[in-house]
Amino acid sequence: MTDEPKILDVWVAGTEEPELAPTDEGAQEISVDESEHRLDEQFGRVVEDDYVFDDDADVDERMILNMGPQHPSTHGVLRLQIELEGETIRRTKPIIGYLHTGMEKTGEQLNFSQGGTNVTRMDYLAPFHNELAYSLAVERLLGIDVPPRAAAIRVLLTELNRVSSHLVALATNGMDIGAISMMIYGFRDREQILAFFEKTSGLRMNHNFIRPGGVAADLPPGWKDDVAEILAGLPRRLQQYDDLLENNPIWMARTKGVGVISAEEATAYGITGPTLRSTGVDWDIRKAMPYSGIEQYEFEVALGENGDVYDRYRIRMDEIAESLKIIEQVMDTMPKGDYRVDDRKVTPPPRARIDESMEALIHHFKLFTEGYKVPAGETYVAVESPRGELGCYLVSDGEARPYRMHTRAPSFYNLQALPIAMADSLMADTVATIASLDPVMGDVDR
Amino acid sequence: MTDETRSELEEAVPEEAVVERPLPENQVLRDLFARFEDVEWVDSLGQDVAQVPNQRWLEFGSAAKAAGFEVCADVTAVDWMRQRPDRFEVVANLLSMQHRLRLRMITTAPRLEPTVASLVPIWPGANFPEREAYDMFGVVFEGHPDLTRILMPDEWEGHPLRKDFGVGSVPVQFKESHKVN
Repeated sequence: MTDEPKILDVWVAGTEEPELAPTDEGAQEISVDESEHRLDEQFGRVVEDDYVFDDDADVDERMILNMGPQHPSTHGVLRLQIELEGETIRRTKPIIGYLHTGMEKTGEQLNFSQGGTNVTRMDYLAPFHNELAYSLAVERLLGIDVPPRAAAIRVLLTELNRVSSHLVALATNGMDIGAISMMIYGFRDREQILAFFEKTSGLRMNHNFIRPGGVAADLPPGWKDDVAEILAGLPRRLQQYDDLLENNPIWMARTKGVGVISAEEATAYGITGPTLRSTGVDWDIRKAMPYSGIEQYEFEVALGENGDVYDRYRIRMDEIAESLKIIEQVMDTMPKGDYRVDDRKVTPPPRARIDESMEALIHHFKLFTEGYKVPAGETYVAVESPRGELGCYLVSDGEARPYRMHTRAPSFYNLQALPIAMADSLMADTVATIASLDPVMGDVDR
Repeated sequence: MTDETRSELEEAVPEEAVVERPLPENQVLRDLFARFEDVEWVDSLGQDVAQVPNQRWLEFGSAAKAAGFEVCADVTAVDWMRQRPDRFEVVANLLSMQHRLRLRMITTAPRLEPTVASLVPIWPGANFPEREAYDMFGVVFEGHPDLTRILMPDEWEGHPLRKDFGVGSVPVQFKESHKVN
């Protein structure tokens, strides 16, 4: 046993990685390493050579521009270091972390039933998807299946969430390019959906409604009328927005052929969601690896061709229409039955029982203070969030709290497309490109 | 891999050492694993996991990409502290769109100077997640083009997701606190 390396239990300042220099992102340079390969990578030439380097350009023409983190068009606290050659962008380095709150560390401190409150705050525009990925991972470790009604409620809520999230994407995309009225319309329609969420879960955002074992409560009385109202009004208004934007020559000129990403680049950089589909790659987890019984509903996968800002806008419009189709089918075929799994280990006793039974009260108390133990194991579950593949990598060591909870945040990976999409484009197109990737900084930084 | 080469491989192993090595049912994965004798296939709750030795990490990644895993969906790490001889586990979730398959590559990194080869040469998209794993766990990815902190501030000391990094709390000094009894 003497051969065992000394266990460094307590971290002591200055004992680690002495050979690694601190980062220099604060300095006025994008990267110290300016080797040819590194430059190729930043120009996006690793996959496809689409940058024409102007060797004759005056060195004085090049400058570094810091954009953000407080810029209104960077969707929160994204900071970009942009190397400009006149008006043309040479290189871009996204600098993130300004919204990092250590949610993965927090996830290790909360037990499995509390974990939903944490993950739902990551991608705050698609909280239901976060909860769903987390719940599916916990359920896989526990080896339980939720009743059909719970699965249908989950599909209903996540698809409504996709609509509301895409409406924000359209709104902010419009606002960034100057179509201010689109911003007001998008947020107005989203409000209708959030009102339904509030009626269902009690909160407009950060619901913690989808939980391991099912959902927190049944749908409220009269939910069909609310959903029917959304289904009746939204398609007509979407058509109006479509007419408003598509017939606008400024909108078309500022989106067509801007921020182009090729299919090879998108797959190499792990980009998913509408951004990947805009390049023509037919990949939607809902179709390819269905979850929560979504395979029983009919819908199409919206695809683009050119991988530009316009295609991403078009796909979001089409995806809203497809999601509305799913919502209509779920509404018509909502199964009857329980909305939680009949497993006393994860499901608290009904509220009425707590008032009359001491055992039920103790059971309820234990579930919400100690939580339940989850068998040791590890799993990765991914769902299709409005931004792409949202995965949850969950490791349990048999205790009531996750040993490791990692979220594969789609915005974090999609942000890697930014330097490629922006290389060799004009500075004025930057905000259009950022908005079309639809990054949520809460999702990026976690 | 053809049947001929596989039979050759089987012949190369001494008679008494032939142990039925578990292999996945899927043919793509089966071919991939058959080429790596020291990579162990594990069925983790119905998901395919490859336990890759640290030195073979890059090699197995290249083979996986050649086998059709064109997307590296995720790279992360797990800190096992004293529970395992090798403290760190590096986990990469691969995705094959053409075969509609997922494969998880897991390797270990030692307690002192945890190092593993970077997957960026194979999948450029591993750049950000490897930086995150370095930032959070201090696992060094050799061959990474820009291994710097990504989420934490540059001057941060330590790696927050390590198990010996306490959650702790920062005492908050309220402005008017001295006036309150």
